[in-house]
Amino acid sequence: MSKLYSTLTAAVIIIVAAVSSYPAIIALAGGEQHFVLNAGFVFGPLPFMIDALSGFMILIINFTVITCILYGRKYLEHYHDMVSNINLHLFLIIVCHIAMLLVCTVQSLPGFLVAWEIMAISSFLLVIFEYWKKDNLKAGLNYLIQSHIGVLFLTVAFIWVIVITGSSDFTAIKLFSQKVPVPVSITLFILLFIGFGFKAGFVPFHTWLPYAHPAAPAHISGMMSGVIIKLGIFGILRVLLLIKSDFVIMGSIILIVSMISGLYGVMLAIIQHNLKKLLAYHSIENIGIIGIGIGMGTLGIGLHNNYLAVLGFAGGILHILNHSLFKSLLFYGAGSVYLKTHTLNIEKLGGLVKSMPKTSAFFLIPALAICGLPPFNGFVSEFLIYSGLFTGLKSLNFSFSIFVLLAICSLVIIGGLAILCFTKAFGIVFLGSPREKYPEELSEVPNSMLFPKFLITFFLIGIGLYPKVFLLSIQNVIGLFVPDMFSGGNNIFASQIDILSKVGLVGGLFLLIILIVYSVKKIVEKRKSVYESQTWGCGYVAPTGKLQYTASSFVKSYVNLIEPVLSIKKNDIVINEVFPKELKYESSPYDKIEYYLIDKNIKLIKKLLFKLYFLQNGKIQFYILYGLFFILFIILYLNIEFIISQLSSFLRMF
Amino acid sequence: MISLLFIFLGSIFIAGIINRTTANFSGRKGQGIFQPIKDIIKLLKKGSVYSSVSSFVFKIAPSVYFSSVLTAVLFIPFGSSGALLSFDGDFVMFAYILALGKFFMIIASLDTGSSFEGMGASREALYSMLAEPAFFILLGSLGLLTGFSSFYKIFYFIHNAYSASSYISYTIGIMAALIFFALGLIENSRMPIDDPKTHLELTMIHEVMILDNSGFDLGLILYTGCLKFSMYAALAANLFLNPYFPFYLNIVIFIGIQFLYGCFIGSIESFSARFRMNQNPQVIFALSSVTLLVFIAVMILTGKFNY
Repeated sequence: MSKLYSTLTAAVIIIVAAVSSYPAIIALAGGEQHFVLNAGFVFGPLPFMIDALSGFMILIINFTVITCILYGRKYLEHYHDMVSNINLHLFLIIVCHIAMLLVCTVQSLPGFLVAWEIMAISSFLLVIFEYWKKDNLKAGLNYLIQSHIGVLFLTVAFIWVIVITGSSDFTAIKLFSQKVPVPVSITLFILLFIGFGFKAGFVPFHTWLPYAHPAAPAHISGMMSGVIIKLGIFGILRVLLLIKSDFVIMGSIILIVSMISGLYGVMLAIIQHNLKKLLAYHSIENIGIIGIGIGMGTLGIGLHNNYLAVLGFAGGILHILNHSLFKSLLFYGAGSVYLKTHTLNIEKLGGLVKSMPKTSAFFLIPALAICGLPPFNGFVSEFLIYSGLFTGLKSLNFSFSIFVLLAICSLVIIGGLAILCFTKAFGIVFLGSPREKYPEELSEVPNSMLFPKFLITFFLIGIGLYPKVFLLSIQNVIGLFVPDMFSGGNNIFASQIDILSKVGLVGGLFLLIILIVYSVKKIVEKRKSVYESQTWGCGYVAPTGKLQYTASSFVKSYVNLIEPVLSIKKNDIVINEVFPKELKYESSPYDKIEYYLIDKNIKLIKKLLFKLYFLQNGKIQFYILYGLFFILFIILYLNIEFIISQLSSFLRMF
Repeated sequence: MISLLFIFLGSIFIAGIINRTTANFSGRKGQGIFQPIKDIIKLLKKGSVYSSVSSFVFKIAPSVYFSSVLTAVLFIPFGSSGALLSFDGDFVMFAYILALGKFFMIIASLDTGSSFEGMGASREALYSMLAEPAFFILLGSLGLLTGFSSFYKIFYFIHNAYSASSYISYTIGIMAALIFFALGLIENSRMPIDDPKTHLELTMIHEVMILDNSGFDLGLILYTGCLKFSMYAALAANLFLNPYFPFYLNIVIFIGIQFLYGCFIGSIESFSARFRMNQNPQVIFALSSVTLLVFIAVMILTGKFNY
C-alpha cells in the first residue's frame, strides 16, 4: 500500500516539477514573468515574479527534490511497518517542495514569510521522521527554534520596511534603502542577513545544522543540505538585488562571515566521528565558499570592478548548483551505508568497498568534487572564484588586496582541509578491512536506489568537463547583478567562458591520460605474474581490522595542531597503580561557538527564568488569581482616563 | 614542447644527481648516475603482488598519481616558447590536479588496511595541505608583479614588467626559486621533512605509504617522484629565463638549475638531520611566512603601499 503512495508522491512531485520548470526555463533564458494571484481575504492580490534568479533556484529545487523522492521511496521501504508515518512524510515532501517554489516566486513580504514558515515547519516534520528517538526529536526542535529566531529577524526587518514605505511589495526594500541614509539601510541589510543566515547556516548561526542533518533520514538531509539552506543564500541574493546601499560594506560583511564559515566548518568537519555530522559541517564550509563568491561579487559592484563582480557572482551562483548536486549525493551515499550497517559512526565502519562497490564509487566521485578537484564540477566554481580573487589582487588598492589575499588563503586552506577530511571519510568508511562485525551480511543496494545517484553523477562530470553550457545558462542570473556585464569592449564573461572551456578540455585530457596509463599497466601486467597476498605487516602475519589506522588517529596530528582553537571533550586518564584496572577513554568533539553563543546564554536565561519559578506552583487557585489580576488590569487600563479624571476631581476637592 | 622534453630529461638525471652528491659528500664513489632510472625500468617490467584487502582504488591510484603529475607538467612553459596548455589561472588547475593525484595516493594507502600506511597517509594529507598556501601566495605575488595570471605570461614578463627594476625582479626570483625548491622537498617528502633512506617502515611519510605497491605501480610511483622534482626545478628555472636572452643560454640556465636542484637536495640530505615530526608544521608555516615576505616585497614594488 505504501508503495502505491510513494509512487503517487513521486508522480505528483514530477508533475509539479515539470509545471514549474517551464516558466523557470523561460525566465532563465531572459523572459522575466510577473503575475498576480488572488489569495483570498487575508493577503488579497498576491504578486508573483519569476526572474532568472528564481528560475535558477526553481530548477535546482526541482532536480534535487526529484532525486530525493526517487531515492527516498526506496529508503523508506526499510521502515515498512510504519505506514501512516511514511504517508505523512511523503505528503510533507510535496508540501515542502511547493513551499520552496513559493519562496522563490512570491513578491509580497507577508506572503514570503508565510511560505518561508510553511517550508520551515514542513521540513521540521520531515526531520523528525524517527520521532521515537529522543536525540532526533531534540535536534528537530533545535532546528525549529533556531529557524524561528531567523524568522524573527526577517519579520522585524519586513515590518520596518512596511512601516517606513507603506508598501508590502518586495520593491519596498528598494524604496526604503533609497529613502534612508546609508547606515540605516546597512542595519536593515544586517537584519536580513542574520535572518537568512540562520537558514543558510553561516557561522555563528549554524549550530542547528550539525544536529538536524544526522537526525533526518538520508534523503531529507540531502534535500535540506542541497536546497533548503540554499534558500537562505537565495534570500541574501534577493536582498542584494533590491537594496541600494553601500555595496563595499555589504560585500565586506558577507566576505568576512563567509571566510569564517568556510574555515570553521571544515575545521570542525574533520574531527567529527558521525558521517552525516561530518557532511553537515561541510555544508557550512560550502556555504562559506558560496559566500566568498557572492561577497567578492558585491565588493566588485561597490568598487565598480566588473571583473570582480562577474567572476564572484558566477562562481558563487554556480557553486550553489554544484553543492546541491554533490552534497545530496554524499548524503544519499551515507544513507545507503546506514541502511546496511545500521551505524554512522566512522570508527565502526570499514571495508565497505568489497560488498558495496557501486555505493563506494558514488561516494568517491562527489567526495572528489566537493574537494574542488578537477575534472569535476566543484573545481569549475572554485576556479571562477579564484580567477576573480587573483584579478582582484592586482586591480584593487592596498587594504583590499590584503583582504583578497586573506580570501585566497582561506579558500586554499579550505580546499586542503577538505582533502584531509574526505580522505578520512572515504578511506576509513569504505576502504581497508571492517573494524567491527556488521550486524548483517552486507550487500549492494538495489539499482533503483543507485539510479538517482547516477543522475546526479552525470551532472557532476558534465559540469566539470563541459562547463560552458552551464555557465552560459546562468548568464542571465549574473546579468541581474551586473547589468553592464555585456557592454563595453572588454567582454569579461566571454573570455572567461573561453578559459573555462579550456579547463574542461584539460579535465578531459587528464582523464584520457589516466586511461592510457592504466591500460598500459594492464597490458604490461598481462604477461607477468600477478597474485594476491596479505598486506605487508612488517613480518607480522596475523593482522586484524583493529590494527588499522582509525579515523581519530588519521587526524591526530591535525588535532594536535588545531586543538587550541577547537574544543574537544576528553577524560584524561592518569594511571597510578602498577597493575591498572580496565580503563575507558573517551573523546568527543564539541563546537566552541555553540558553547559560548547558545549553551551559555541558555543557561543564563534559564537562571533568570528560574527566579519566576514560584509563579508556576501548580495550584489551581493561584492560576485563577492570576486570571483575576489580569481581568482587573484590563478593566483598569481601559478606563484609565476615567479613573484619572475621577482621581483629579477628587484631589481638587481639597 | 621544449619544456616537456627538458623536464623528462631532468627527471631521468635528477635522482642520479642526488645520489651522486650524497655519495661525494660522504666520500664514496657512488652508483652510476643512471642507476635510479635503471631500477625504475626494472620495476616496470616486473609482476605485481596485491594485498587481498585492497580494492580497485589501490589498483588505479598509481596511474592517477602519475597522470596528475604528467598533466601538471604540461602547464609548465619554457621561457618564450610557451607551454602546451596555458590559460589565465592555469596555476590553480596545476595545484588542484596535483592534489587529485595526492588524494588517490592517500586513499590507496588507507585501502591496504595497514597501520604503517595509514600513518604515512595521515601525515601526507596534513603536510601537503599546510604547504598549499605558500604556493598560492607565491603565484599570487608573481601575478601581482607581472599583472598576469598564467604560468606562461608570468614567467614571460617577470623581468620585463617593471623595466627599471630588473635587479629586484631577480632578487624576488631567487626567493621564489628557493620556495619552489622547498615545496618540492615537502611534496616529495625528502629531507629535512622526512628521511627516505631509513628502513622503509621507519620512514614517516611518503615511503611508508607505498609499502604495498610493487612491480609496475611501484616503478610508476618512483618515477613520478623524479618527475615531480624536475617539475619544481623547472618552475624555479623559469624564474630566470628571459625571452631576450639567446635561446641556447636559456637552455643552459634551465639545465643548470635542474642540476643545481639535484645538488641542493643531495647536500641537504648529507648535512641535515630529519626534523621531528611535530616540528614539520612549524617548518611549513615558516615557509608560508617567507612567501608572505615575497608578497609584501611585490606590494612595495608595485607601489600599492602608496594608497
